[in-house]
Amino acid sequence: MENILLGFDVLARWDVVLAILCGSIGGVIIGAIPGVGPAVAIAILLPATFSMEPIVGLTLLLGIYGSSMYGGAIPAILINTPGTPVNALTTYEGFPMTTRGEARRALSLAYAASFFGGIFSVICLILMAPILAKVAPLFGSREIFLAALLGLVLVIIAHRGNILAAGMLACFGLFLNTVGLEPVKYSSRYTFDQSWLANGIDLIVVVLGLFAISQAYFLMSGDDVKIRVNKVRGNLFQGFRELSRHPVVAGISGCFGVVMGIIPGVGEFTAQFMSYTTAERISKRPKAFGHGSSEGLIASETANNAVPGAAMIPLLALGIPGEALTAMMLSVFYVHNVIPGPGLFLYQLDFVTALYLALLILNVVVVMFLMFATNFLVQLVRIPNRYLGVCILTLGFVGVYSLRNNPSDCAMAAVFGLLGYILRRLKLPIIPIILGMVLGGIMEVKFRSSMSRVKEPLDFIDRPIAAMIFAVIIIVLLVHFLRVMREWKPRKERKWTYRKSSSKFGRLLFNRRKHMLDDRGKILRNLQLMSPARKKED
Amino acid sequence: MAELKVLTPLKATRGQSVFALCFLGFAMILFLLLPYQTTRVEETSWHKQPGFWPMVSIIGMVVFGVLHFWRLPRRKLEKMDFKEALLWIRGIEFVLWFMIYVSLVPIVGYLPSTLVFVLPLIYRQGYRKPFHFYCGALFVFTVVIFFKVILEVKIPGAALYEFFPDAIRNFLILNF
Repeated sequence: MENILLGFDVLARWDVVLAILCGSIGGVIIGAIPGVGPAVAIAILLPATFSMEPIVGLTLLLGIYGSSMYGGAIPAILINTPGTPVNALTTYEGFPMTTRGEARRALSLAYAASFFGGIFSVICLILMAPILAKVAPLFGSREIFLAALLGLVLVIIAHRGNILAAGMLACFGLFLNTVGLEPVKYSSRYTFDQSWLANGIDLIVVVLGLFAISQAYFLMSGDDVKIRVNKVRGNLFQGFRELSRHPVVAGISGCFGVVMGIIPGVGEFTAQFMSYTTAERISKRPKAFGHGSSEGLIASETANNAVPGAAMIPLLALGIPGEALTAMMLSVFYVHNVIPGPGLFLYQLDFVTALYLALLILNVVVVMFLMFATNFLVQLVRIPNRYLGVCILTLGFVGVYSLRNNPSDCAMAAVFGLLGYILRRLKLPIIPIILGMVLGGIMEVKFRSSMSRVKEPLDFIDRPIAAMIFAVIIIVLLVHFLRVMREWKPRKERKWTYRKSSSKFGRLLFNRRKHMLDDRGKILRNLQLMSPARKKED
Repeated sequence: MAELKVLTPLKATRGQSVFALCFLGFAMILFLLLPYQTTRVEETSWHKQPGFWPMVSIIGMVVFGVLHFWRLPRRKLEKMDFKEALLWIRGIEFVLWFMIYVSLVPIVGYLPSTLVFVLPLIYRQGYRKPFHFYCGALFVFTVVIFFKVILEVKIPGAALYEFFPDAIRNFLILNF
């Protein structure tokens, strides 16, 4: 209780209140515009927050992060286009409801579910804070290194269908982090004798290039889509009443959101997928899923909004960001010499509590704002894509140039923008690069400091938490390989159904030799040998 | 059950092999440059060597790059791959726009260069109605006031402002 009061004390300042208001309302607006998203907005605003105090800058960014998904539900429900990528599942249930003439019901339900998810996660975190404060100091260099490694493994594995590409891009991120002067021996690494590379590649430059500038290129090279939207009339509070009829679905989805948010590298997609499938399994009307089911909508929106609060746990307790947005927030901490990690929970618990309270307040602010501003936000989806691209590129410039007024930063961001544009066109993931960069830095420092106390390889995992994290890494990898094998077997069997011969290389060579030596093979071979002679005759 | 295709994005096969090959080539070059771009420190254990983490990351890039290329649905380069690569090259146009904007700011000033950048780019994007240009100009003023005046981000004054009288010059440096 004392901590909560201290947290309120930290927040009771006009600039913090203004940051919460601007962040939460700005986040909703950004979320409601398809094609922008919180990552772009946070990347652009990041350098501007460096001149603010940590609590002000972080509440502003947290406001955008926590509220963008509320706004993203609006175009997802009304025009079948998710405002933010994580609202994609909302389109499955929200848009069919709109086509049935139940847009108001869908929107109010989405707001109520999002509100429940947000509040649920914050309450969980406030209750967990004392436990975290006890557990976090048990994390030494080895544990933090292993936790960062686990995060990296999970980030790669979470990109199903693109795992190898995610791995290669995560390693590219690791490499980017090593460019510049080595921090201990001060020897240059991959600087190519260029002075502008001696300080290394700035994370913000990469973030702005890969998220904001690449998105601008992508929008400007695409086409505009004509969108027609109708006004939403009536009371938007009814969703809360409907939500109260599905407490189990909401509770389970909230739990999934919190758990998946805590695990680094997993995030909203897995949370909503798991909660959605669970909701379908326990539903009395599973056939309604995909055709405008209220339970499906509650599951996806609750899980989405429970993640941001939970994602702050690994960031604050261990200094390990679990996703791109928290990785960007980490740079705000570093700029102000506030080192997130075990020490933060020990010595600055009021600061941590203040952040959670800010999340709680912003959820209330956002719901109040949405009750009155939905019709205004609906109109934002009319902004043409290419026009939006021009605006994002202009804003991207402020972000990069205001860092150090350095044109080489801008050139680097423009090149990373081109790389991001190519990755977007190829539907390859961008996030592993950012997390590779951030986690790579943490891993390098922690590995070096932990190895100085390690004599034998097994000493690395001789402490209980280190051993536990190591076991989790092994289990995660084993489960993944087993799943790959399980998926590979039916694919191989399918191949056999249309291929009579074996698909093994050695067997193929053997069959070919056998075929060339049988009677029909000999005839064919003779024909092939004869064909050039025949051509000449012709 | 609703189709959850959205959670497992469809692989765009166009241009995948070009990208994978380019990435692999880049990783191989970095690998070959490893002894020249990092320093080996004598009497220092392997994990403290400056080249250790670059080596780990580059080996990861090469290994994952090879596996990614090997597991592509189609490895053979076809005409459509080159068409896709041409589209990427066309993206350089926006890089040039951006760099021209960057080089204009210290000379002309933040507000004028933003106007010079945004309005022609709106035209280039195919918008011809005066409404779009009015909105563009309004957007430029809003951005400049929000970032330069309210948030006070560090964007230096322009060389052009030196030609103005002191009072106006100071005002321009502070606000535009």
